[in-house]
Parts: sequence; structure tokens; C-alpha cells
Amino acid sequence: MSIRHGLLALLERGPMYGYQLRAAFEESTGATWPLNIGQVYTTLSRLERDGLVRPLPENDGGQRPYELTDLGRAEITVWFVTPISRTDRPRDELAIKLALALTTPGVDVRAVVQTQRTATIQTLQELTRLKSRSDEPGDLSWRLILDAMVFQAESEVRWLDHCEASLVRYRPPDPAAPTTAAPEGADTDDRTEANR
Amino acid sequence: MILELRGVHRTHGTGETAVHALRGVDLGVAPGELVAVMGPSGSGKSTLLNLAGGLDSPSQGAVLVEGEVLGDLNRKQLARMRRRHVGYVFQDLNLLASLTAVENAALPLELDGMSVRKARKLAEAALDEVGLADLAKRFPDEMSGGQQQRVAIARALVGERRLVLADEPTGALDSATGEAVLRLLRNRVDAGSAGVLVTHEARHAAWADRVVFLRDGVVVDTTSPVGEPEQLLEAKA
Repeated sequence: MSIRHGLLALLERGPMYGYQLRAAFEESTGATWPLNIGQVYTTLSRLERDGLVRPLPENDGGQRPYELTDLGRAEITVWFVTPISRTDRPRDELAIKLALALTTPGVDVRAVVQTQRTATIQTLQELTRLKSRSDEPGDLSWRLILDAMVFQAESEVRWLDHCEASLVRYRPPDPAAPTTAAPEGADTDDRTEANR
Repeated sequence: MILELRGVHRTHGTGETAVHALRGVDLGVAPGELVAVMGPSGSGKSTLLNLAGGLDSPSQGAVLVEGEVLGDLNRKQLARMRRRHVGYVFQDLNLLASLTAVENAALPLELDGMSVRKARKLAEAALDEVGLADLAKRFPDEMSGGQQQRVAIARALVGERRLVLADEPTGALDSATGEAVLRLLRNRVDAGSAGVLVTHEARHAAWADRVVFLRDGVVVDTTSPVGEPEQLLEAKA
């Protein structure tokens, strides 16, 4: 998700100026994604350039609210109905790291897996602690954001478990071994012969 | 410490076929602490839990509950300690179908010789703790899976259980109900009991203060105690 779409979605509620947008953004993401006011203004000026928002006259306090244009409204509608593609996300550094660990001499891959698992579960513990403190029904949107982070971290741990289980079975190819006549296969063939 | 494992080994069988389920495990669980134990199948998780609850004894080393070495107790004393101080929550609920919720929850106390009246009163309090006060007179087959699991938890928590042991306590419950079960466990531990939770679900282990990783009967890693959550948000910023 981009800040751009976040701000457009907030302006759908009605005109807002920079500080209001920042506060509303942090409120609706449960402060998991803090914004600085500079990011808000930079994004607003790009949105204005692209014709998605337009500035309104300054209010008495000297603040300039922005409102959505029809184009902006259309953009946000499309955003809400379009699934987020996994390929739009940054490449997974962890997957790349493990892939490299497997082929780099002298690296203990199980230790790499365990280090990551400990760190990820630690994050999960902290998220869970946060969640257990928000029991109010009004906190639902905040809890659901935490849940999203919890489930993502959990899926990473499950993938690490899978990696470890695969590593246990993994035998690196031995460059000295002959490429033909696997003894196990020969055994099976003998038995098959004997059974006939 | 409510629970202590000191250099615990557990070997099943002898000679070449011996299986070393645990190899030199040290673990302490203090009052108000919930420790989760994770590890692949066969890593020794369940063995550890059985030893902690006095259902099995170590081949080497000692298990202490409330400072008492379980190996020094005779069978009668051990059974008594288990009934009075240790609560178990297993995946297999083991509720008796012919008993109501409150009768199931009161059972450990009645077996321990407590008067029926007193045991029922404590069982009602335990059912209240798990939010089932209104269903005390229902039989297990008149309750949902989640409610039955909560009865099993009430039975594990009834009276003064200082040590609560849970083996995959959320079983096949859906994720929201499973979470409610963990909250109950967490609340009891926060009230001063010690808890050990064996699970392969990271999301469940995350309710613990500390997560211990077992592999091939050895503790390979432990998470450090959880800091204040605000630090997490700052780190993400």
C-alpha cells in the first residue's frame, strides 16, 4: 500500500488539511505506520499535480484543506477493488538469504533458520502483548491490523519450520559420486528380479 | 521457581535402540511466568511436559515442583501433588460425558478428598473464570467444542493450581476460540501461577513470556523476555 492511496481514502471522508490527514492516518493504522508531516505534504502536492486532489481556500487558522477530485475518487475506488499483487512487494530478503546460505560454504543453515525463527517469534510475542492490551470493542480496527502482522509473522515461522524439515532431509550433491548406478536402485531391481 | 528442571535426561529403551528424548535440559519457570516450548516432532516437547507433571521420571537429573524433588516423593505423595498443585490441559479433553460441566471441573478436588460442596463451589468459580458460569449444569455433548475446551481448562485451573501444563490446548478450535483459550491461560499465569505451554503454533507460543526451542532433546535457543510493546512501534518507525 502507498501513502498516496491512504491519503486519498481519508479524503473520501471529506476535506482535510495536512495535520488532520496525518492524525487520521495514524489513527486508522493504529500508529503502526507513523508518518511525518513532510511526507504528507509531498504526497499531497503530487496528488494535486496528478489531478487527484485540489486545494481549497485557507481557513481562519491559515490551514489549507484538500478535497478529492472526481479523478481521485475514481482512483480510490479502483484501489479498493483491486487485489494487491505479491509481485508488487519488495523482494523477500530472507528467502534470498536462505537460498544463498544453502550454497555458501561454511554457513550453518540451520543456525540461520533458528536465528530468524527466534527473532520472528520475539516479534510475535511483542505483537501479542500489544493485542492483549486492547480489549475494547472500539479497538477492533487496531486489533485487525495487529492480527495481520501476527499472521504474516506466523507464516514466516511456518515457512522456516518447513525449511528446517527440508534441510534435515537434504543431502548436498557429492561432486565425487558417480552419476549412474545408485546402489539403492540396484537393490530394488534385484528384489524385483527375485520376485518374478 | 515453581518448576525447575535440572540437567534432565530422559532415555527410552537401552543399547542401540535407545532413544534420547531429552539430553541435559535445564529450565526454570517462576510464578507469573508462561513458558512456551516449541520444536519439531520428536524434539522432546511432550516428554518435557510429562516430566514436569510427574507423569514420567527422568533417567538423570531432577524435576522440582515448588522446591520438592519429584523423584523423592512416593507414589501417594506424587499423586497428591499432581491433584493439588498441577493443572493439565491436553488436546484430548478427557471430559466425562456422564458428568455436567461443574461436576467435571470439580472432579480433581473430589478425588483429592475435598467435600462435594466445597469442590463444587470452587468448580463454579473456575467455570466463572472461563466465562461458563451459565452453562455449569450442561453435559459435554450439550456444548460446542470451544465450550468443552473451556470446561477442560476450568478443570485444570480449579482450586489452587500453581503449575499449569498445556499440550496443544487449542486443538482443532478455530483461531478466535483458540485465542480465547490462550487468554485464559495467560490470565491465570498473570494471577501468579507458572505455566508451560507446548505447541507447534508460533501464534500460540507468542502468548508466552519466553519461548524455548527444543531440537533432538536439547534446548537450542530461547527468546529473551518481552520488552515494552512501545519499543516495537519505535523500531518499526
